[in-house]
Amino acid sequence: MSDHKTLTPDQLEAFGAEMDAIRQRVISELGEEDATYIRDVVKAQRAFEVAGRALFYLPPAWPLAVAALSVSKILDNMEIGHNVMHGQYDWMGDPALNSKMFEWDTVCPSEQWKYSHNYIHHTFTNILGKDRDIGYGILRMDEDQKWRPYYLGNPLYAFLLMIFFEWGVLLHDLEIERIAAGERTWADTKHLHRGMIRKVRNQTLKDYALFPALTGPLFVPTIVGNATANLVRNIWTFGIIFCGHFPAGVATFSEEETEDETRGHWYFRQLLGSANITGSRLFHIMTGNLSHQIEHHLFPDIPARRYPQIAEEVREICERYGLDYNTGPLSRQLGSVARKICRFALPDRLVRRLPTPPGLGRLPFAGRSQDPSPAAATDQAA
Amino acid sequence: MSLSLSISTRAPRVSRKSAPLGAFTTRLLRSRAVAALASPHPVDRYLELVDPMWAVEEVRAQVVRVQRETDGPEPVTTLTLRPTSTWRGFRAGQFVQVGVEVDGARRTRCFSISSAESGPDEPFTITVRPHADGLVSRHLATQAQPGLVLHLSQAEGAFTLPDELPDRLLMISGGSGITPVMSMLRTLAERGYDGRITFVHYARDPESTIFRDELRVLARRENVDLTVVHTRRGGARFTPAELARVAPDHLATATFACGPAGLIESVREVYGDSDLLRVEYFKTSTIAPDPDNAEGSVSFLRSGRSGENTGATLLEQAEALGLTPEYGCRMGICFSCTSRKAEGTVRNVVTGSTSSLPDEDIQVCVSQPVGDCVVDL
Repeated sequence: MSDHKTLTPDQLEAFGAEMDAIRQRVISELGEEDATYIRDVVKAQRAFEVAGRALFYLPPAWPLAVAALSVSKILDNMEIGHNVMHGQYDWMGDPALNSKMFEWDTVCPSEQWKYSHNYIHHTFTNILGKDRDIGYGILRMDEDQKWRPYYLGNPLYAFLLMIFFEWGVLLHDLEIERIAAGERTWADTKHLHRGMIRKVRNQTLKDYALFPALTGPLFVPTIVGNATANLVRNIWTFGIIFCGHFPAGVATFSEEETEDETRGHWYFRQLLGSANITGSRLFHIMTGNLSHQIEHHLFPDIPARRYPQIAEEVREICERYGLDYNTGPLSRQLGSVARKICRFALPDRLVRRLPTPPGLGRLPFAGRSQDPSPAAATDQAA
Repeated sequence: MSLSLSISTRAPRVSRKSAPLGAFTTRLLRSRAVAALASPHPVDRYLELVDPMWAVEEVRAQVVRVQRETDGPEPVTTLTLRPTSTWRGFRAGQFVQVGVEVDGARRTRCFSISSAESGPDEPFTITVRPHADGLVSRHLATQAQPGLVLHLSQAEGAFTLPDELPDRLLMISGGSGITPVMSMLRTLAERGYDGRITFVHYARDPESTIFRDELRVLARRENVDLTVVHTRRGGARFTPAELARVAPDHLATATFACGPAGLIESVREVYGDSDLLRVEYFKTSTIAPDPDNAEGSVSFLRSGRSGENTGATLLEQAEALGLTPEYGCRMGICFSCTSRKAEGTVRNVVTGSTSSLPDEDIQVCVSQPVGDCVVDL
């Protein structure tokens, strides 16, 4: 667990009340505009999908077909799927946009993802030993995960997870690392198998058999194109999601310090446990507004298009309480995550002996200082 | 093809030249092959973007005619609906769930069908009285225009005429409870039914009486005895004695009663557990009791358990009664525990807001019952 700033119980309560006020205000404003927005995104996604599938009939347009299908899958998984399954649009009463009914264009069944994501990850965010999204049971992403020689492969595992991300998400709920450790048996996962098999069958049948077969002699370019679109989506979602909780400066928590947590403390932990990415409006849409991971974790069930609108206000509140609001451009956040993946591959005593390159204060080499100034960081590392 | 995400001031979902899908196209689009291509989304999710009247599973209908039944600022209104090819028709007396979008949210309520029995592909009518606190009924009665697309269920309900018609029928209705009865009467007229029909209808006054002109025509038919009681013009409310006067043989007659819960309760008392009586009554929003006092009782439909309202959240009360509903965060963020509330008022413990809509999805972990409450758990 990291050394992060703490607030007094009174401050926590006041902080929570301010967050609750934002939440209540936005919820009372929800209406036509939000409904029109998400339906327009769905329309755009379906248009990209149909265009992508159709363009495979024109061999010279292959790159365009792949691009359109990639955009379709990214929109489906992020701005639509992730957000709809959070219940952000349940108030619309539309079965097509309902968290209980929506199924997304990826191999993981929505039912299983909702359990590990909406419940486990969003309730126990960044609590070591409870939030399985810290390293997903494969990677070492925190000092308090004890180093083992296995973790020398950290960069390789992360690379493989990026390439096969949708399959990683699918297998997440099996908790294979706990089966390997003898804490869970294969039989304990039995209730998941049927749903997994059915979803994998439907997804592979469509992308790797039916649509390629429909293009007849163009079977091979189509199947390669579909695989490429899935790969592009995997890399993009992996990148965005890893920037949500793993950049330097993001705090983790212990089970002890979060026992009997108040609502204010829960908000506080969500804030310190998340990081944003800056970018254009189109960029935010393509990330499903997970570029506003902080706002998403504070208000997971508020329509994501509202996050950019409330970000300024959240940031101002954080400043008043002296709390770090972790944000930066994609390149910086990704670089920070990459360094963390490499740094935690090595045993801690070895890392402490390595010299810190100058001017890289946010390096995880520098320990967990909340102070972003390079001088302070270098001192600590030295 | 562009990613246009600007907020448009677009027209309501109107399809101008749309025609429902033909039988062959529907069969093709319903095939497993097409479903596999559209997977994981249902085929309807694609069709509706082209034309809201195209559907292979869902039922929708387009309003094609709007007709006022009474005068005044909030008139009772009859909407003629042209359904999608998925509509399977209905039996006289049945109702349909109608979903309409109001401020971006789809609100669904049940309405009896008022036209004579008809099959698939045939238009039918619903007749709507705008209730003071009825968002859907008010919207349909005052805002609906030809072209508006509504979301429907298939026809439901067992309040229907028997397959073999007896030679004697008794109908009792109150207020807008006349709508399914009118569907039955119109059906009987179409079929040339020549048995005796006694029909007693309770309305507030002549001005608010639905189908007033048609009732006048009906009264002239030889085999119909019609009594319309205007309760705000000195007419007596329902009494067993009055029923015995207009229909001395009522206990031996197939009887259909539809109206407010109070009227139906009185009629039921007369008939006891006789299977000659069929009833249908309105479910209305409950009036919210004092939210600071835990009172009333909480019942859970699927398990059949119930208990005194302790003031705790519905999830806690369900668990205290030995139920094990699905749940996750227990703080209102993960939506694992969403369940259907059939009746009653609940208060959200996070936002403090209360809601009294019948048949509404609620998060039981943050919902506290205020007064009597019925939940499908």
